[in-house]
Amino acid sequence: MSEYSAPLPGEAGRQFYLTEEHHAKNGTLLGFWVYLMSDCLIFACLFATYGVLGRNYDGGPTGADLFELPLVALNTSLLLLSSITYGFALLQGRKGRVGSLLGWLAITGLLGAGFLGLEIYEFAHLIAEGAGPQRSAFLSSFFTLVGTHGLHVTFGIVWLVVLMVQIRMHGLIVANKRRLMCLSMFWHFLDVVWIGVFTVVYLMGVLP
Amino acid sequence: MSTPATAKNGHDHEEDPLAHASLHGYLLGFALAAILTAIPFFLVMANVFSSSRVTGLVILAIAVVQIVVHVIYFLHVDFQAEGGWNMLSIVFTLVLVVIALSGSIWIMYHLDHNMMPMSPHDMRNMP
Repeated sequence: MSEYSAPLPGEAGRQFYLTEEHHAKNGTLLGFWVYLMSDCLIFACLFATYGVLGRNYDGGPTGADLFELPLVALNTSLLLLSSITYGFALLQGRKGRVGSLLGWLAITGLLGAGFLGLEIYEFAHLIAEGAGPQRSAFLSSFFTLVGTHGLHVTFGIVWLVVLMVQIRMHGLIVANKRRLMCLSMFWHFLDVVWIGVFTVVYLMGVLP
Repeated sequence: MSTPATAKNGHDHEEDPLAHASLHGYLLGFALAAILTAIPFFLVMANVFSSSRVTGLVILAIAVVQIVVHVIYFLHVDFQAEGGWNMLSIVFTLVLVVIALSGSIWIMYHLDHNMMPMSPHDMRNMP
């Protein structure tokens, strides 16, 4: 590796490089992290919107009328559990056990799907009651914020399924390990956003 | 099926991406996160404080602590990771998030206060 940038004797100052440049260590992971931070800004804007509009009910239903905290608690525990099952999947991947890695990934996906199912049930229930996004500024910002988070979870599940197929086809090659690590950051990041959602939207929403 | 980290695609210098995970860290993080989730739900559902302002501030503080727990134990961010760039980007993002959140709420609150009082009937007759 040392000869690729050495100048030739007669042409001092001219340098040659291999096309396979030496990448920064774990550059993909850092790049994905920067993407997550930009995603974080999207959620910050949506939280700010909700913070401004969240109490403008337009004479319609309030958070205390609409939110069912036991359902939210169940949803929160599903997402939290899926975070630790993803951690177990990573640990199995570290030991090179592909079978149990896929098993834990499947459990993670099912927990995420359960979370999504409950959220869709809640949204359908609200819309059927006439508390859809067009009812008031509060409900518009609520649906935008929580819906964007749900959309992220949806794409996380799609990615999870694709990654399971890739691992099944190619095994635990370095590229797949890297993808596994990126999805891990994405999944845990969604759990972090959900902490803000259940605190600011649901718990503070039912306070008088 | 276990393939060692071979020199594929010229990535032979890349360290094992899975090296950070540890069972102990995940279990500790999960226990802390579960406790920090249960407390605010209990505070709100059992109506522990009579003032909703106090409840709001307490559960916000607990949420901040829980976010820190998640970032350390699940996202594995520390000052050494990726030569400090990880930490630098999270600090930068936090500054922007704080500006966006506090700035929006502060400005909109003041706008609200400085508006002329208006009834719903007046609002319907606006141009």
